[in-house]
Amino acid sequence: MASPIEQFQVKPIIPAIGFTNSSLFMLGTAAVIVVGLLFAARKRALVPGRAQSVAEMLHDFVASTLTDATGREGMKFFPFVFSLFMFVLTANLLGMIPGFFTITSQIVVTFALAILVIGTVIVYGFVAHGFHFLGLFAPSGVPGWLLPFITVIEIISFLSRPISLSLRLFANMLAGHIALKVFGGFVVSLGTAGIGIALLSPLPLVMAVGLTALEFLVAGLQAYVFTVLTCIYLNDAVHPGH
Amino acid sequence: MAQAQTHQAGTEAHGGAHDVGFPPFATETFPGQLLWLTITFVILYTLLSKVVLPRLTGIIENRRSLIANDLDEAAALKTQAEEAGAAYEKALAEARGRAQALAQETRAKLSAETDAKRKTLEADLAKRLADAETAIAATKAKAMSNVRGIAADTASSIVEKLTGKAPAPAAIEAALDNAKA
Repeated sequence: MASPIEQFQVKPIIPAIGFTNSSLFMLGTAAVIVVGLLFAARKRALVPGRAQSVAEMLHDFVASTLTDATGREGMKFFPFVFSLFMFVLTANLLGMIPGFFTITSQIVVTFALAILVIGTVIVYGFVAHGFHFLGLFAPSGVPGWLLPFITVIEIISFLSRPISLSLRLFANMLAGHIALKVFGGFVVSLGTAGIGIALLSPLPLVMAVGLTALEFLVAGLQAYVFTVLTCIYLNDAVHPGH
Repeated sequence: MAQAQTHQAGTEAHGGAHDVGFPPFATETFPGQLLWLTITFVILYTLLSKVVLPRLTGIIENRRSLIANDLDEAAALKTQAEEAGAAYEKALAEARGRAQALAQETRAKLSAETDAKRKTLEADLAKRLADAETAIAATKAKAMSNVRGIAADTASSIVEKLTGKAPAPAAIEAALDNAKA
C-alpha cells in the first residue's frame, strides 16, 4: 500500500526540460480555467445560462472582493487577482479528483505565488508612491519614542506575510490530502485484516466521506482566503498611508 | 523500481530515511516546478487578461448598460404618462367647471323667465279681480237704488190700498229713511 505522502511525489515526465507531473497539472489547471471560461461565455447571452452564470459570478465575486479591499483604484490589479484566485481554486479542486496531483500542496508553488503577490505590492508601491511607500512602516499618530519599535514590528509583520500566505495554503492542502489518504488506507487495512476486524472498516470509510466534503470546503475557502489577503496586501500598495 | 523505493521510504519514514525525505521539501524539484509555474502563470495571466476577462466584462457591462437604458426609457415613459394624466385631469376639471357654470346660468335664466311670467300673470289676475270688484260694486249700488224705488212704490201702493189715497212721496221717503235707520 502506498504511503500517505507518496501522492506529493514529483515525478519526471520529460526530464530534459524539467517537465514533471507537477508541470502537467499546472498546464492542465490553466487549460481548464481558460477553456472552461471561454466555453461558459461562448454565447455572450444577455440572459445567462448555467455555465455563463457561474463565470459571471466568479468575475463579480473577485471584482467585489478586490474593490471592497482597495476601492476603485485597485481594479487595475483585477486580471492579476482573478488569475491567482482561479489558479489556486482550480488547482485545489482538481487535486480533489483521486489520482490527480495537487500542485498547491507543493510549498515551492505556494511560496512562489506568495512572493509574486508581495513582489507586486513592493514594486507597485515604489513605482506609484516612491519613498512614501515606506510610510507603511511608520504609522501616523504613534509617539516618537515608540516609533522605532513599531517600525521594527511593522517590518517583521510585512516580511512574514509571504511566509504565512504560502504556508497556510500549503499546510491546508497537504494536511487534508494526508488525512484523506490515511483514512482511506485504514479502510483497506481493516478490511483485509481478518473476519472480525473487517466489520470495523466502514467506520474510517464514513470518516473519509466526511473528510472529502470538508476538503472541498477547504479547497474553496483557502482559495478565497488567499485572494482576500492578496487584496488586503495590494491595498497597502495602492494606499500606503494607514 | 522507483515505486518500490518510494514504498520503502514511506513505510520507513519514522526510521529516519535521510536520503528520500518529505516530497514537498525535495529541493531538487524546485527549479523545474518554478520554471513551469512561471510559464503556466504567464500564459494564464495573458490569456485571461487579453481574451477571457474582456469578454466576460463586455457581457456584464453590455447587460448593465442595456438595463440602465431600459430603466431610463421606462422612467421617461412614466413621466410622459404622468404628464398626460395631469393634462387629462386638468381638462376634466375645466370641463366640469364649464358645465357647472352653464347649468347655473341656465337655471338662473329659467327662473328669471318664470318669475317674469308669474308676475305678469299675477298682475293680470289682480287687474281682472279689481275690475270684477268694481263691476260688482256698481251692480250692487244699482241694485240698492232699485230696491229703494221698489220699496217706495210698494209702500205707496200699500198705503193707497189701506187708505184709498196715495201718500205724499216725501212722506214715503222720510218713512223709508226712518225704517232704514
